[in-house]
Amino acid sequence: MKIVVLLKQVPDTADERKLDLDTGLQDRDASDLVIDEINERALELALRSKDADKSTEVVVLSMGPDSASTSVRKALSIGADAGVHVVDDGLAGADAARTAAVLAAALKNVGFDVVIAGNEATDGRGGVVPAMIAEHLSLPLLGNLVSAELSADGVRAERQVSAGTQSISAPLPALLTVTESFDEARFPNFKGILSAKKKKITVLTLADLDVPAPSGRTTMVNTTERPARAAGVKLTDDGTSATALVEFLASNRLI
Amino acid sequence: MFDLSDDQQAIVDMVAQFAAEELAPHSAEWDETKHFPLDVLRAAGELGMGGIYAAEEHGGSGMSRTDAVLIFEQLAKADPTIAAYISIHNMVVWMIDSFGNDEQRAAWVPSLASMETLGSYCLTEPGAGSDAAALATKAVRDGDEYVLNGTKSFISGAGASGLYIVMARTADTGSKGITAIVVPEGVPGLSFGANEKKMGWNAQPTRQVMFDDVRVPVSNRLGEEGSGFGIAMKGLNGGRVNMGACSLGGGQAAFEKTVTHLKEREAFGTPLINQQALLFRLADMETELETARTMLWRAADSLDRGKPDAVKLCAMAKRVATDAGFNVANEAIQLHGGYGYLADYGLEKIMRDLRVHQILEGTNEIMRLIIEGWPPHERG
Ligand SMILES: Cc1cc2nc3c(=O)[nH]c(=O)nc-3n(C[C@H](O)[C@H](O)[C@H](O)COP(=O)(O)OP(=O)(O)OC[C@H]3O[C@@H](n4cnc5c(N)ncnc54)[C@H](O)[C@@H]3O)c2cc1C
Repeated sequence: MKIVVLLKQVPDTADERKLDLDTGLQDRDASDLVIDEINERALELALRSKDADKSTEVVVLSMGPDSASTSVRKALSIGADAGVHVVDDGLAGADAARTAAVLAAALKNVGFDVVIAGNEATDGRGGVVPAMIAEHLSLPLLGNLVSAELSADGVRAERQVSAGTQSISAPLPALLTVTESFDEARFPNFKGILSAKKKKITVLTLADLDVPAPSGRTTMVNTTERPARAAGVKLTDDGTSATALVEFLASNRLI
Repeated sequence: MFDLSDDQQAIVDMVAQFAAEELAPHSAEWDETKHFPLDVLRAAGELGMGGIYAAEEHGGSGMSRTDAVLIFEQLAKADPTIAAYISIHNMVVWMIDSFGNDEQRAAWVPSLASMETLGSYCLTEPGAGSDAAALATKAVRDGDEYVLNGTKSFISGAGASGLYIVMARTADTGSKGITAIVVPEGVPGLSFGANEKKMGWNAQPTRQVMFDDVRVPVSNRLGEEGSGFGIAMKGLNGGRVNMGACSLGGGQAAFEKTVTHLKEREAFGTPLINQQALLFRLADMETELETARTMLWRAADSLDRGKPDAVKLCAMAKRVATDAGFNVANEAIQLHGGYGYLADYGLEKIMRDLRVHQILEGTNEIMRLIIEGWPPHERG
């Protein structure tokens, strides 16, 4: 079985994240760049399949600037077998539709039985790219999963919905997206770190891929920085604070 | 030499994250409850920390002494006691991997490297500490077996370990009559004393190990009869550099806490960091740590290259780094004022843990003797 894990390099959520207000893009120099944690969970799911069946091949695929290669390398040190890095100046600021089209073309190029992605990235938070890829490649989409079992026959998974839990399954090939319910990635061990350099990272540019020219794209109309956090409301209890609290919660639509 | 390679940086990052997530949150509790976290040691083993500089052939990580210094500094930033036990374990693994024959290495190294089995190093005795060559534990040959009798004291990991490298006397010829013998747990006649009540290092057991007609096959002997003292001393060279790195990590953590504290704590209308008198103290602390780091890297590099000055440099580095770590931890307490004395601030534990690094694996007095060419028979 060949599993491709989609991996996005994002600013570390532990740091202060910044928007470049002129371009509307994130300021990549403002914080450490790391593998999106949700993608590490996706990688862990793939590696567990590999633990159970050594013949499983795990490939990570990332579209991003040159810097993304460090995240691909990190995934190789954690245990992925090979990496594919799509990098092209023409992709700077690509929107969700374009990203999905490029990743779908790269996936066709790489080949796969299963694709695993995070349900949404911690930076853009669009959460639509995996579904668009599934559409491009006519794959069953098993999105927003809380658990999954992969085998050569197919995927069985559970998805949390507001009314309860759905048990779903699909034959391969299929595309899965995982949520925070999945386990965090294991630590890379020393052997993994030292052997990562010997593993192959294939670099693809737009010229290597068969991606149709975009018919249009979303444009950023306006960006505003998140306002500085204001101090919270303090209620002093003079015997009416319960009522005041209920009013506060109700007026902010929190209850 | 002073820049980390990409691989080394990745290793430092990983170990720092492991230490921050798996050790730091529990280290105060382990100290208080005297808990030896076998599960966490096993996790460290899975990452390759059980046989850092043992060959890859039987499951070691095949890395350098310099890598080990980097690793122990990071582990000790979170917990000097656990870091130091992992160092002792690595010394045992390396001794078997380096001085064992192929069968011995194949039999023992894999489960040691993964830390499924832990190792202890048994040199010190009630009557022989600094003067280790005066040890009295006897191993008498009886057919295909050795019969061991005697007592080892201060043995780290004792009772929890699966393998004990025991330096025992096979002839009455001083340091030349000592032989290294591997004793597995569970053999009849092997017993342990109570867990010693200690100033620090509470998260790992220290016990006496008693041998009462303990029989092990002759095939458990490492190297030749009479080579044990040399094996024990060679193990300690690397051990001393690692122990120095454990002091460096503890001291570094204490230093960083102090900088944060002085920036936050206000007195006389301004944060304490603005007192130049205190800034000078910080400068001295940081310089002392960097001096130690530099010595440790130099000594480790010398060991890696098998240089003749390695023994001396390791002794110097151990002396410098274990004194630096302790001094910095002690200064950190002073600069924290009363808070430094409270367990919740984590500094008094660092000081208690680092104190013993100046005593064990050769006291810092013995380091000075080694630096000036002791023991006399080794002087050129
Ligand atoms: C927590 C802990 C864990 C330990 N773990 C282990 C272990 O795992 N395995 C093991 O084998 N041992 C272990 N040890 C023992 C340790 O290595 C010894 O305690 C140490 O070597 C000192 O020996 P000693 O205690 O007999 O002191 P002594 O040798 O009695 O020394 C007393 C003092 O005299 C000084 N001194 C001695 N001789 C001289 C000299 N010639 N010149 C100048 N000064 C001298 C010493 O430096 C020291 O200050 C451990 C000790 C402790 C406290």
